[in-house]
Amino acid sequence: MQCCVCKEKPATVHLTQIVGEKMQKLDLCEDCAKAKGINDPTSFAMADLMLGLGASQVLDPSVGAAEIKCPRCGFSQADFKKSGRLGCPECYQTFAEGLAGLLKTMHKGTRHTGKAPEALRKSRETGDRLKLLQKKLAKAIDAEDYEQAAQLRDEIKVLTGAAPAKTAK
Amino acid sequence: MKDLHQFLISPLDAAQLHGPNDRIVMSSRVRLARNLRDASFPGWAKKPERVKILETILPAISALPEMADSFAEAMDNLTALDKQILVERHLISREHAAKNVGSGIVLNREESFCVMINEEDHLRMQALRPGFQIREAWNAIDRLDSALEKKLIYAFDNELGYLTACPTNLGTGIRVSAMLHLPGLVLAEQINPIIQSVNKLGLAVRGLYGEGTEALGNVFQVSNQMTLGETETAIVERLEKVLSQIIKHEENARQSLLEKKPKVVFNHIGRAYGILANAHSISSKETMNLLSLLRLGIDLDLFPGTPRALVDELFLVTQPAHLQKQISDKLSAEERDLLRADMVRERLKNVSRPVTK
Repeated sequence: MQCCVCKEKPATVHLTQIVGEKMQKLDLCEDCAKAKGINDPTSFAMADLMLGLGASQVLDPSVGAAEIKCPRCGFSQADFKKSGRLGCPECYQTFAEGLAGLLKTMHKGTRHTGKAPEALRKSRETGDRLKLLQKKLAKAIDAEDYEQAAQLRDEIKVLTGAAPAKTAK
Repeated sequence: MKDLHQFLISPLDAAQLHGPNDRIVMSSRVRLARNLRDASFPGWAKKPERVKILETILPAISALPEMADSFAEAMDNLTALDKQILVERHLISREHAAKNVGSGIVLNREESFCVMINEEDHLRMQALRPGFQIREAWNAIDRLDSALEKKLIYAFDNELGYLTACPTNLGTGIRVSAMLHLPGLVLAEQINPIIQSVNKLGLAVRGLYGEGTEALGNVFQVSNQMTLGETETAIVERLEKVLSQIIKHEENARQSLLEKKPKVVFNHIGRAYGILANAHSISSKETMNLLSLLRLGIDLDLFPGTPRALVDELFLVTQPAHLQKQISDKLSAEERDLLRADMVRERLKNVSRPVTK
């Protein structure tokens, strides 16, 4: 993302402001931020978190604040601000970015570890295992342990169904 | 349509239900929030969509073996009085009582399960148990939920778990709660530090009717607040630990009050008895607060031979909607106060004044 002032350097300071019902979002590089007198970017983190539901998707300040709406149910950020409730299950995807911060302050963790519908439990376990294997694989490659990496790669193949399961010895 | 009042357990029978530690833990409840994958949440769905959701969910629940003998009805078929009675029984929330077309309720005969349809979420299913039985309640609602997931497609995300209208319920969608009678801690002025330390553990302490209500009759609801990032069992176990501690503190408070300030205890209980047994007009709020002291007196053996059920039944039948139900004419609040006092005096006729040790 480019700085919206100098349009050269990458933006590292993101500032979101709500004026009336409209949201404005600025993405600035460090130099421009300093020039604008925004010295302490962390002080804006809170405002971002509370008000910036999916803010970075809105963008282009020159066009003004277009609002994100859930493609499935038409629910908007303003609606969420008003009621504190979402419109439909898909809203969690639509507003994922802004919700992430909110969930962190609200809950013990941001990842569900409890019950899952039986139909999904298996794919969920497979997904978890896959992530773990991929992490291990990356580590093995970093450590140049290619023997281990090859073994992990085979396991991943089996799990994703890319190769038939090995027959038992 | 079934008559709700034929269906409901009578207040007398309800007061006879017993469970572990019911001297202090009046009841336990576990509620799960669930939603259908392909529908808007009730607060955002338009009326026709809510009706469709209700028509999908209501038969699915009624068909479960646990709910074979149940009261299943759309909220718009219930009178305002019926709804208020369900609130006073703690079977539905005050929010749900305000619902009409497109919302519903399914309650089983034993009143151990009650499902609200299209409250804040498509499904709010609760398992209820007398006394301290939150683990049993969790196991029961877990089974009901597992049976229901075979018939309905829930909104579930691998990362976020069960998706709920309000992000505060996300993940497990679980609320584990117990209703506690804590007159000892209130009299000993230890209740506030207890509430604060319970709050620090991420648990909420509320009044008798849930969110935003005061603790009438020294009754407090303790429940978990966070629903994401922990398993259901971890939440249940934490609640169990904390509740056991509160029970211990309450028992200690009662014991030390009796040892150190017996006159204070006898004074409170004696006055409560005096007013309840002799008043000719009394509000429901005052009744609850005094009944709480009477209940404490029974627990402390100051009313030998008087069963706790007498107070627990009065707790229920002196509430506004229950009182109104017994009379066909519409009563004003003042008329209810007269009637309530008459009823309480009558019930306490054979209860002698508290003994002093």
